[in-house]
Order: sequence, then C-alpha cells, then structure tokens
Amino acid sequence: MAAIFQGVGAAATLSSSPSNSFVPKKFLTSPRRSFCVPSSVVVRSDGSVNFDLNSKSRRAQQLVANAVATKADSSAASSSSNPGHELLLFEALREGLEEEMERDPCVCVMGEDVGHYGGSYKVTKDLAKKFGDLRVLDTPIAENSFTGMGIGAAMTGLRPVVEGMNMGFLLLAFNQISNNCGMLHYTSGGQFTIPIVIRGPGGVGRQLGAEHSQRLESYFQSIPGIQMVACSTPYNAKGLMKAAIRSENPVILFEHVLLYNLKERIPDEDYICNLEEAEMVRPGEHVTILTYSRMRYHVMQAAKTLVNKGYDPEVIDIRSLKPFDLYTIGNSVKKTHRVLIVEECMRTGGIGASLTAAITENFNDYLDAPIMCLSSQDVPTPYAGTLEEWTVVQPAQIVTAVEQLCQ
Amino acid sequence: MALSYLRSSSSRSANLLRPLSSAASLRRPISTDTTPITIETSVPFTSHQCEAPSRSVETNPSELLTFFRDMALMRRMEIAADSLYKAKLIRGFCHLYDGQEAVAVGMEAAITKKDCIITAYRDHCTFVGRGGTLLEVFAELMGRQAGCSKGKGGSMHFYKKDSNFYGGHGIVGAQVPLGCGLAFAQKYSKDESVTFALYGDGAANQGQLFEALNISALWDLPAILVCENNHYGMGTAEWRAAKSPAYYKRGDYVPGLKVDGMDALAVKQACKFAKEHALKNGPIILEMDTYRYHGHSMSDPGSTYRTRDEISGIRQERDPIERVRKLVLSHDLATEKELKDIEKEVRKEVDDAIAQAKESPMPEPSELFSNVYAKGLGAESFGADRKEVRATLA
Repeated sequence: MAAIFQGVGAAATLSSSPSNSFVPKKFLTSPRRSFCVPSSVVVRSDGSVNFDLNSKSRRAQQLVANAVATKADSSAASSSSNPGHELLLFEALREGLEEEMERDPCVCVMGEDVGHYGGSYKVTKDLAKKFGDLRVLDTPIAENSFTGMGIGAAMTGLRPVVEGMNMGFLLLAFNQISNNCGMLHYTSGGQFTIPIVIRGPGGVGRQLGAEHSQRLESYFQSIPGIQMVACSTPYNAKGLMKAAIRSENPVILFEHVLLYNLKERIPDEDYICNLEEAEMVRPGEHVTILTYSRMRYHVMQAAKTLVNKGYDPEVIDIRSLKPFDLYTIGNSVKKTHRVLIVEECMRTGGIGASLTAAITENFNDYLDAPIMCLSSQDVPTPYAGTLEEWTVVQPAQIVTAVEQLCQ
Repeated sequence: MALSYLRSSSSRSANLLRPLSSAASLRRPISTDTTPITIETSVPFTSHQCEAPSRSVETNPSELLTFFRDMALMRRMEIAADSLYKAKLIRGFCHLYDGQEAVAVGMEAAITKKDCIITAYRDHCTFVGRGGTLLEVFAELMGRQAGCSKGKGGSMHFYKKDSNFYGGHGIVGAQVPLGCGLAFAQKYSKDESVTFALYGDGAANQGQLFEALNISALWDLPAILVCENNHYGMGTAEWRAAKSPAYYKRGDYVPGLKVDGMDALAVKQACKFAKEHALKNGPIILEMDTYRYHGHSMSDPGSTYRTRDEISGIRQERDPIERVRKLVLSHDLATEKELKDIEKEVRKEVDDAIAQAKESPMPEPSELFSNVYAKGLGAESFGADRKEVRATLA
C-alpha cells in the first residue's frame, strides 16, 4: 500500500513538498481551452484539536467546511442554521453532478444509457435534456474503448465522468484504467494529469447473480496513481462526487446498488467532502469498527445491539479506500486498542486485508488484540436468497465478533 | 515561377545526378526557397468509400530539403540508439523506426501543432517530428533526468504536451481509444483541429479499435486512424494475422485510403486530404504501406521471419531518404556534396546530443514518489499520518 510505504520512509519521501509551510497553490495547469478554468476554492476538513493546520486555516467564501460528521447522531444534522433539503442518495449524486456541470463547462458524462434513458439508476436523469448530447453522452456497449476515450479526453483538460453501468463491467476496461488512467501522469514526467472520475454501482444486490454482484475495490487497489472512494450516505455521496470531479487525479467512486434509495437531509449550500478523509460515524471507547459503503449500515444495526449489551463501539466509515486515512484510523486505534474491520469485499486480497496490514505495520504497539476482519466469503455470489445472505457479513456476526474481541 | 513536372522514379533521375557548380542562373539558394514545385507520386492512392486525392503533390525546395534533413536526422538517431542499446546504455525495450521516417515527416508537413498525434511504442521519430529535441530523446532512452519524461517513462513513453504529442504507449492498440478521446475533446471545444491515432498492422486486429471507430463514426469525431503497415506484427506476417490485410477497408462504413508510406510527399497529400475529410465528415482510416529495417525491437534480429534479400531490396528501391535525395538532385535544389554535408552535420548533432545526454544525471531517489498523483489541485491532501498538509487548492 502506498500509504504505508510512505509512512515508513516518511522523511525521505516527503522531501519533494515543503514540510511545514502551508503553501497555497493556485490552479496551475491551464487547460487548452480558455473557458475551462474553474474558480478557485478552498477545502478544509473539520478543524479538530489533534489536527495541526499551522493556524492558517482558510475558509472559503462559499463552501461549508463540515466534511466530517462528528456528532453521534449527526447523520442528518449537517448544519444547524439552514434547514437543508431531503433527498435520496441517487438524487444527491445527481445534484452533485449537475452542480459541477453547471460550474465547469469541461465536465461531461459518458456511459451506457446515461443520456436519453436517464441512467439505469437515474443518477443522470434529465441531465441530457439540460446540457445536451455533447455533454451527456450515450455510448455503445464498449467499456474498454469509451473508458479509453474518457482518459484521452481527460489528457487534454476535459473532465469526463465515466459511468460503468455496473462496476463489474469495468473489468473490460481494466487495461485502460490501470495502464493509462493510473500511470500516465507518472510516465509522462508530470506533463499530463487525468482528471477523470470513474463511477458506478457495485456490491452485492438482491439476488442479481454472481457476475452482477462484484466488488472491484480489491482489484483496483494496487493500481498506482488512482484514488478510490466509497460513498455511503446522500451527504457524502454528493460531497465525494463533487470533490472527485474537481480533483486533478483520477478518482474511482464506488457506489452501492442497495444504497441508492437512502433518504437524508443535506445542506442547501455548496459543500464538498475531502477525498482522503474518513468519517467518524459514532465515537466510542471500547473497539474501533472500520467499515465502508453498505456495511456501515450493518455495523450501525449491530451497534444498537452492542450498546444494549454495554459495549461502546467507535464506528468509522473509512470512505477513502486508497489512500487510507491512517490519521483518523490511527487516533482511533490509539484510543480503543481493538480493531474490527467489516467489509463487503472478498476475504482474499480485499480492502480489509490491506487495511489490516496497514494498521499492523503502523500501529502494532497500540493493539491489545489481533485485528479481526469480517469480509464476504471467497465465493461467487449465489443467486439463492439464503445463500446470498450468508455470503455477506450480517449484523449478528458483527456482534459476535465484537464480543470476542472485547473479552 | 518554374513548374517542373517529373515522376520521381529511379530510372529517369539517374541521368540527372551530376554536379552543377557552374550554372549560377539555374541554382537556387538551398533552404529558403518556397517556389512551388509539383511532383507526382509514383504509386497512386487506393480508396475505399471515398474519392482518392490527386497524385500531384505541391511542394517547394525548402520543404524537400527539410524532409531530407529531418529524415536523415531521424535515421541517424535510430542507428545511434541501436549502438547505445548494444552498449547496454539503453535497456529494456527499444523499438526503432528506421525505414518508416516518411510517415512521421510527411504527416508533420500536412498539419499544425494544434492537431494531436498519438502513437504506440515506436515513437522516437514521431516525438522528434513534433518538436522534441535529441537531448530529450537520448536522455529518456538512457533513463536520465533530462529526458522528456524525466527518465521515468523510457523508450515507450515519450510525450510532449505543448506540441500535442500524446505518446508513447506500450499496450498494443490501447492508444486508439485514447486518440478518439482526444478527437472528442477537440470536437467538444470546437477548435477545428484533428487527431491522428497511429497504430500498426498488429494492433489493427484489436477489438477496442473497432469499438472506438464505431463511437467516432457515431459522434462524428475528427479522428484519423493511421495504420502504419510494416507488414509484420513482431514475428507474424500480416497475412498470417489478418483474414483481410486490406486495413484501409476494415473500417467498413468508415472511408479509407491506402498510401505509399515510403513516399513523404504521398503521406503529406494523404494527411492533408484526411484532415479536410475528418473536419467535415468524421473519421477516416489511412493505411501507410511502409517497412521497418530493424526487427520489431532490439531483441528481435528481424531476419527469422523475413529474408535479408527482402530487407535490402526495399532499402534499394523504396528507401524514403534516397527518394527525396534523388528528387532534390534531379531538381537541382542542392548538390551531392551539400547533401552529404547535411548528413555529416546531422551525425555531429546526434553525437553531441548523446554526449550531452550521458552527462545528465540519473533521477533523484525522491523522484520515485513524485508525480504519482497530481498534487495541490482538487482537495487538501495529507501525508499518511494526516499531520502534514501536502497540498491544497488555492
């Protein structure tokens, strides 16, 4: 994992950037077309006490800085002054996408059925009517080439958002994502940036069958040069979508098929979520539970049972799958000394496996017990409902695991 | 304004190879004359679903001499790279372009630096054609800091963003969808430029090529797919790899043109035609009938799947530099001695660049981690332990 390696050789590797000075950098590379320069914005994360910002925190004129929901019941309480508006997760994604497309004419969307059909999960509904066929493009079923085309367009300064109808289909575009998307910034010596966003739903749905229930986080995690984030609530879905579009790095945004209809109240004002940051869902003292995407809800369900039994779990939605937010995770480990990872990825070579390694390497001294990792079984997802249920981690298993850890 | 109308075939021009030192009234100064000359290509164009352009190409002495110099430079550069590879200063893969120079040079003559070019791994000469310097080439080949990709790309990853040269790609065929994406961006920004996506006869059988061609035709993108057909996909001859080796026809609904790729003027005419076509009607395929003297790469001797007679035959009859040399001499644009001087000059330039490149240091260890991500743009980015702010949006 790049994050761990850099943690080990921290002094040497950080030599290329100024260590203590907070150097604001203007938007450097001007793309070929003059109308494509978006206005500068500042993103801050929540200014928590442990976080040294060298007291030069900058607040943007128009952004809300609440990137992390710190309060225990804060899933809806994003801002106290404004009532905000309620919407479903897919609508939040659409809002984020629409706002970014309005803000920057370089943003375009390409994918199967995103235009006239409105998107198979309605994330791009009505965008084609609003922005036209040149900005919301219906592609033929040719993942390898349209992902490649998105990357080629990104090399010139356009900001395409490539949608895989299901993340599993992006396996066909693996060469383009790995070799071109991830590596071109490096192999060109920094000449090209690839500000592309590749997004789509993945994860185990309701009896969709093996090929449509894949979790590709683990396949992509070794690719150098890309960032991976997973959204789980309407608030962070919109925030991460916007941040991903504005990022100069290629970002893969993992959504989940079963989370599209989650409802939440989100702020009216413009906000984005930091791409490299984890979200504290529920602070606690006894055990750190690290999770992401749909498993967050299984964990919260288990947390209710655990609280009744007298445990105080700290739940962190890691959100950033590459690189890991080892700062937030580390602080939590130093507090609770016990870690449970709950994920939907496969056991072998999954996100949990990498995270276990990262925590062990960096925070071994703080652990009172071996890290437990609950992941999906190493099987193709079966069709039968009962079998499918046993493939993924269920709340009861989480409760048992915590009880075991905390003995 | 004198118009000389000569076929550039070898038999006639042999009579004209005599030094012309005294005829002052006929001799024109070498490099700055732009009086137009019309020359007919020796091989006609074959077309598919479109009207072939005329065989008469307009050029001028200055351009012809530029062709000669540029191709001589490219040839010398590739031969020097060969020696450097054998001296183990260049490692890994090294794919040489000698024999195919006319494609790079002819294409540049027909387009501007606003048009994009993207090619595969046989990219040294295309990079030079786009304005890359010899120092950048040799330093990158030897993995030094002065290289165009700072030594981190290597032979297969030359890029030059400011002249719209997009590389430099190692995976066969993967550059074609990228090229169609460049064309899409050009259409999106309406800047009246086109993209030339080059690939070889081996890559012509890749599925993603046809996928990208379909999308380009659907969306009317200004994409020109150029198949540099050197007749061998590494060790496999084209007739053993493709059921239909008429690559210019394989676009089916997309028009195509077959061009003599060893004739820089024919290449120039075809590219000019293709650019006009692509801006109005969408994608077009150009098949350049060319040949590489070296093997596929430095680890391939190049003689196990073809005969030495074939290679030397092509070198004698169709060599692009010799063709231009004969044209120049037959039109009295320069003397034999002047051309030899140009070649000597070019040789010295290459040697100087190699010496300079050898002086360039290897990259610093910290370069291992630089440019993995684009920093300072998009969000706040922290080190692994989140204590240090690495970069932020201003």
